[in-house]
Amino acid sequence: MMPTLTLLNKKQRALIVTILAIVFLMIVIVIGVVLDKESISTNLKHRNASPTFEHPFGTDWLGRDMFSRTFMGISLSIGVGLIGAFGSTLIATILGVISATMGKTADRIVSWLIDLFLSVPHLVTLILIAFTFGGGFKGIVIGIALTHWPSLARIIRAEVMQIRSAEFVQISRKMGKSSWWIATKHIFPHILPQILVGFMLLFPHAILHEAAVTFLGLGLSPHEPAIGIILSESMKYLSAGMWWLAFFPGLCLLFIVRTFDMLGENIRILMDINIDHK
Amino acid sequence: MKSIRMATLLVAICFISFLLIKNSPIDPIQAYIGADMLNVGSEQREKIAEYWGLNEPIMVQFFNWGSALLAGDMGTSMIYRQPVSEVIGERFVHSVVLMLTAWIFSGVIGFTMGVVAAMKRDTWIDRSMKWYCYMLASTPTFWMGLLVLIVFAVWLGWFPIGLGVPAGVLAKDVTTVDQLKHLILPAMTLSIVGVGNVALHTRQKLIDVLGSEYILFARARGEWGFILFWRHGLRNIVIPALTLQFAAFSELFGGAVLTEQVFSYPGLGQATVEAGLRGDVPLLLGLVLFSTMFVFGGNLIADLIYRLLDPRMREGRSR
Repeated sequence: MMPTLTLLNKKQRALIVTILAIVFLMIVIVIGVVLDKESISTNLKHRNASPTFEHPFGTDWLGRDMFSRTFMGISLSIGVGLIGAFGSTLIATILGVISATMGKTADRIVSWLIDLFLSVPHLVTLILIAFTFGGGFKGIVIGIALTHWPSLARIIRAEVMQIRSAEFVQISRKMGKSSWWIATKHIFPHILPQILVGFMLLFPHAILHEAAVTFLGLGLSPHEPAIGIILSESMKYLSAGMWWLAFFPGLCLLFIVRTFDMLGENIRILMDINIDHK
Repeated sequence: MKSIRMATLLVAICFISFLLIKNSPIDPIQAYIGADMLNVGSEQREKIAEYWGLNEPIMVQFFNWGSALLAGDMGTSMIYRQPVSEVIGERFVHSVVLMLTAWIFSGVIGFTMGVVAAMKRDTWIDRSMKWYCYMLASTPTFWMGLLVLIVFAVWLGWFPIGLGVPAGVLAKDVTTVDQLKHLILPAMTLSIVGVGNVALHTRQKLIDVLGSEYILFARARGEWGFILFWRHGLRNIVIPALTLQFAAFSELFGGAVLTEQVFSYPGLGQATVEAGLRGDVPLLLGLVLFSTMFVFGGNLIADLIYRLLDPRMREGRSR
């Protein structure tokens, strides 16, 4: 397949990519946290400057350094994505397990719920929920948590169903183990990797949707240095040729999202026992 | 069975979205009055509330709205001062042109990309195509819109910066060419973003097909390249690709919301954002329902295509 990389096998490659991705994300988060608010204070002497060494991403119409704003925005996005994806994973796990274990009626209700959430476009649901909470941090986190669970819930349901009918679980039940014992000792360890990978793969979507809703003006408040805010503000200045206001923040967001995506994919490879070290 | 399910889903969506919107802290009366806040006394406020039926219990309001909806009346938009159905109808014309163009382009281009990538598997073409598609999946739609705007409207100056029609021109003087010019950039953005999914899916399907024994046999007979694909590949992959495109109506709508916002294109998406920002309850409800119907429509067509076009399904039924 790839003759240049035959030195390492698939798992080793995945491990290296995972470590690199984690280091990269760590650096970004640390930069976002370490930067103080000072650097995004208004500085009217350096307004509308195109990218230079001093301001790698240029400055905006108030003289704020775009590099600092971008990285603060990214950290904020990662935070929102983290909480949102966590909530979504929690919902998916609970509903997936319920529909797989609690009989036909429960299964039908859950699959109806999944259909319910899939039948309205995600973005419209997000707008609706953001509207309900009057915008802001809370609305967007709840919105993301409530819209991203269906696909993962389906995966977990299928997984649990499969393990429940596996022979070792049947035997364990015949030997008189309680349902609780089976759930915690047999089923949970099996679905844990799925949950973890699902969580990682939800992350990029969560971040993108957060940025989208904020961009539309229904998300985080305009005082926060969020990527969506930066981009929607930049729209006013694009016709004046200030391309750097939109280009760099979006590009950084793209890189972060892609990194999370890769991280999820590679963790999946690492955890998949069917891919061996060859 | 399927229609019953759809009906229950629709009713539930009506009910839930109604409850959600009614619980919003954004006061519809305040949103309605807007800047004239200081000139409006509490008595007038009450009158307005009475006029819109806002002082009744929520369930009564829901039944009023629901029964009006069944009679085909979706209420009056507060920001456009027009019946909601008219607003939606007007905007839908704009949106449908945009979405249809993007839908066709992204489908055709994505399909072609997928086919080429699969036929040239593991070459640099395939690898760059895959890389491009994965990057695309991580690209924020609205950022892509901004990039297209910067390059084609600001730097090159080929197209107008936004809106659906030229500014300052009377509605009757707007020509089709003008409208087309304003359509190209948003449609282009939406097409670029929509390509990834179809391409990757088609690539995977065609690789599966190419691994089958009848392809091996065809190759052994000396068929290769385009003829091989045309005779044995195309029929097997075109239906899944079509189904996928129809089932992706939900993403298409979401993409349209963002693109329309970037280009200030006067379509449904922009109306949704406006309604959300300015607290136009009837319009927002109408749009939620409309987008749901839109997605349902897409899924229904995807389902029908499988039943009507796929010869294997036809055989399965007659047996």
